[in-house]
Amino acid sequence: MSPTEIVVAPNDGSYLIDGYELVCGLEVHVELATATKLFSASANRFGDEPNTHIDPVTLGLPGALPVLNRHAVELAMRIGLALNCTVQPSTFHRKNYFYPDMPKAYQISQYDQPINIDGWLELPGGKRIGVERAHLEEDTGKSTHIGGTGGRIHGSDYSLIDFNRAGVPLVEIVGRPDIATPDEAKQYVTELRQILVAVGASDAKMEEGSMRCDANVSVRKPGAPLGTRCEIKNVNSVRSLGRAIEYEARRQIALIEAGESIRQETRHWDETDGRTHTLRTKEDADDYRYFLEPDLVPLAPDADWIEAVRAALPMLPRERRSRLSRATGAAADAEAVMVVVERGQDDYVLAVAEAGADATRALVHVKEAYAEQGPRPSVPAADLARMIVMETGGKLTSTQAKTVLAELVANGGGDAEAIAKSNGFEAMDTSALEAIVDEAIAAQPDAWAKYCSGEEKAMGALVGAIMKASKGKADGKAVTALLQSKRG
Amino acid sequence: MSATPTTTSSGASSGNTPTTAFEIAAAVRAGSVKAIEVLEAHLARIAERESDIHAFNLVTADAARESARRIDGMVAAGRDPGALAGVPIALKDNMCTRGVPTTCSSRILEGWKPPYDATVVSRLAELGAVSVGKTNLDEFAMGSSTENSAFGVTLNPRDISRVAGGSSGGSAAAVAAAFAPVSLGSDTGGSIRQPAALCGVVGVKPTYGTVSRYGLVAFASSLDQIGPFSADVRDSALILESISGHDPMDSTSIPQGPLDLLSVLDHGVKGMRIGRITDMPEGADPDVLERLEAAFDALRAAGATIVDVELPSLKYGLTAYYLIAPAEASSNLARYDGVRYGRRVDAVDTNSMYMATRAAGFGDEVKRRIMLGTYALSAGYYDAYYGKALKVRRLISDDFARAYATADVLLTPTSPIPAFKVGEKADDPLAMYLCDVYTIPTNLAGHPAMSVPFGTSRDGLPIGVQVMASTLGEQPMFKAAAALERHMNDAGGMS
Repeated sequence: MSPTEIVVAPNDGSYLIDGYELVCGLEVHVELATATKLFSASANRFGDEPNTHIDPVTLGLPGALPVLNRHAVELAMRIGLALNCTVQPSTFHRKNYFYPDMPKAYQISQYDQPINIDGWLELPGGKRIGVERAHLEEDTGKSTHIGGTGGRIHGSDYSLIDFNRAGVPLVEIVGRPDIATPDEAKQYVTELRQILVAVGASDAKMEEGSMRCDANVSVRKPGAPLGTRCEIKNVNSVRSLGRAIEYEARRQIALIEAGESIRQETRHWDETDGRTHTLRTKEDADDYRYFLEPDLVPLAPDADWIEAVRAALPMLPRERRSRLSRATGAAADAEAVMVVVERGQDDYVLAVAEAGADATRALVHVKEAYAEQGPRPSVPAADLARMIVMETGGKLTSTQAKTVLAELVANGGGDAEAIAKSNGFEAMDTSALEAIVDEAIAAQPDAWAKYCSGEEKAMGALVGAIMKASKGKADGKAVTALLQSKRG
Repeated sequence: MSATPTTTSSGASSGNTPTTAFEIAAAVRAGSVKAIEVLEAHLARIAERESDIHAFNLVTADAARESARRIDGMVAAGRDPGALAGVPIALKDNMCTRGVPTTCSSRILEGWKPPYDATVVSRLAELGAVSVGKTNLDEFAMGSSTENSAFGVTLNPRDISRVAGGSSGGSAAAVAAAFAPVSLGSDTGGSIRQPAALCGVVGVKPTYGTVSRYGLVAFASSLDQIGPFSADVRDSALILESISGHDPMDSTSIPQGPLDLLSVLDHGVKGMRIGRITDMPEGADPDVLERLEAAFDALRAAGATIVDVELPSLKYGLTAYYLIAPAEASSNLARYDGVRYGRRVDAVDTNSMYMATRAAGFGDEVKRRIMLGTYALSAGYYDAYYGKALKVRRLISDDFARAYATADVLLTPTSPIPAFKVGEKADDPLAMYLCDVYTIPTNLAGHPAMSVPFGTSRDGLPIGVQVMASTLGEQPMFKAAAALERHMNDAGGMS
């Protein structure tokens, strides 16, 4: 945590639990996607044989010295700039504490002068969550405690340590306590993840631990001073995050309602019982004895470097969503827009529109049929465009369009007209359709009479018969139009 | 390098046997002397006197012979082994040597063999130097007498009832006893200069950042700096030229080439401004002050001007140092936890293992400084102790900056007293800390300083004069040091 004073945005009162407001701030650690570690040349790679990416610096051998990884600095700046932070001259400190997977018995981190400060993240709905800082630090090794209970070091028979992760570059993004609902917390993390992936800073996988999220949670009556907060750790998915925050808020409310006070502590989220449990209290918190890391010099990226990084930033999810929204007419936080942008398929949708197809139909089809496709779908944009043109031109019914699309996706593209033809999806000409409609009216005079007297439901039976007679080739819209015109 | 010792020196070569590093390298490169012969002569002296002196924690005779023969082979094959061809060198045992135990004279590093060489070690090897062994020190370089070594005290070759100084006592004694013509030490608060003064040899602490610290086991990272010991000023210049220069493995290393020193040694001090500190901390032995006066006289006679300077904050240097250095040490030494290397004392759980390991592995002085430093950095005390010490450090730098506006170099005693008896101060840490009163400010400022032998006390004990200069002021510093040495040589050892 930083020594900066906490500023709180007002809760708008729309979310209350038993009359209490939730005040939540998230601290997110992300592993940077560098080739090597933050201070040494060992590979930064997940999942390899334990203790294969180590060196004197990683192991904290006597005499070894850290050398800062320039690429890690650049990725940290990308994160900061993408989160609307100011990039400033910064320094490194030592955070001292003993733990077996901490090779030097101190972590090199940034303290009172972090590289990025004072930014914000905008949720899809438009609310801004403040970002106090986003600083560089090194990861620890990974301990596995064998024997005992619950994988804890206490009571275990012995422990195994893998130092492959030690020294991996992290950026810790400290959000301001502007989050007022569990859902906002989930949105924040989802949006942050997308930004991190978009700027190439991290693969940000919560399941693999390359993105880790701690939640600071407190509750208060509206207008009351801030309550005592608890920090929740071990939240390993976006879904758990929402559950953990909600549980913790209710736990605190229950304590307050019972006349007890909240103890400031760090709590551990247990996925299996759906509760948080005390990990350590403030009283037994370490005194980290921060001081300036004498083995490193101050980090002061010059203005040219910062501007070059800013200029090279890709379009961010928020901007991509509004671009797609403008092109399709769908709302920027509409599900289809959110989903397609998250999958990185918005460029594709725009390319399909560019090729002459209706953008809204393109958005719907891509959202529905491209779940398994990545940012570069196998179906050429022009092929999908041709299919959509057929559909909007009345040559394919929406049911037929789905069939054709499924084949396009299965084959990685193709000629939509040929596929339609091979399926027997020949568009009916108007005279043929009219003949079938007339036959249906003649066959069901009762239904026709009811329909004519204004009973709209009666149309169903007629349409069903027409579709059946046309073997599904009739376009529903055209049939409705024809029936209406005949009714007069 | 600006100059290489390829020609026969004009110096004090006695007959055919070269004695200085400069002479040895020239002779070996010229093929007039074999590196193995030079080495054997030094090993013979070690065999003769090392049991009295205890300069070394480890003599690596076999590896040294192998290196010497390889160098002779290169010369025979017509290849140049480098500027330090065949020069035996002793290394303070806090510099990492690949596959060779590196102990810091501490039980806690028992059994540890580094998998890598310190940058200085590999640079020396590339230039053809022959490492003869690892020298004794105060544990983790914390001390001024080498009495804090876990492996026993190093005695002063000039009087074996007395200490060699510290913490680089082994390296100073090795040169004083001619076990090696040159050695390396590390200087955090005077650990090269003070033992050099006590043993009657030259010792240099260069500007912070001129010599890579990569592979030097850290005591206080913002103060530690490696430097040479030698019998004469020229050899220190030669070694410093060889080991200085930027190292990408040390982020605090100054991005510039090696120092250029040999070329300025004969320049003299005519026109130089030599600073005399008017408010110098008191308490120096009268003999020491007398030799300091003689040094001013010698430089004045050689054409320099003596100017008075004030350094009012100097008297706070010792206090600031004993907060900053232990604070950094408490963090640097936290890694010795028994988990990955060195000594481990098993216990029922991790915390008990840490405590048992560190209790058994560290000596009293190291524990004392870890406690001091931990306290100074603790919540609630940081501002009053460590924070205030950092302010003093800035004040001292500012004072020096003003002084160096009017003086090119400053002269002070190196040590307030000549070599003291073994055990005399061992139980009085404060008295021991006072040994560094004149050397510490230089480290706080990151400046260079060196000790030059300048006569003896009434009891015949060596006395050193400290020449200090501003950042990267090694050239004027060496000019003044060379002038003092010339004065002593001209006077035939008498002033």
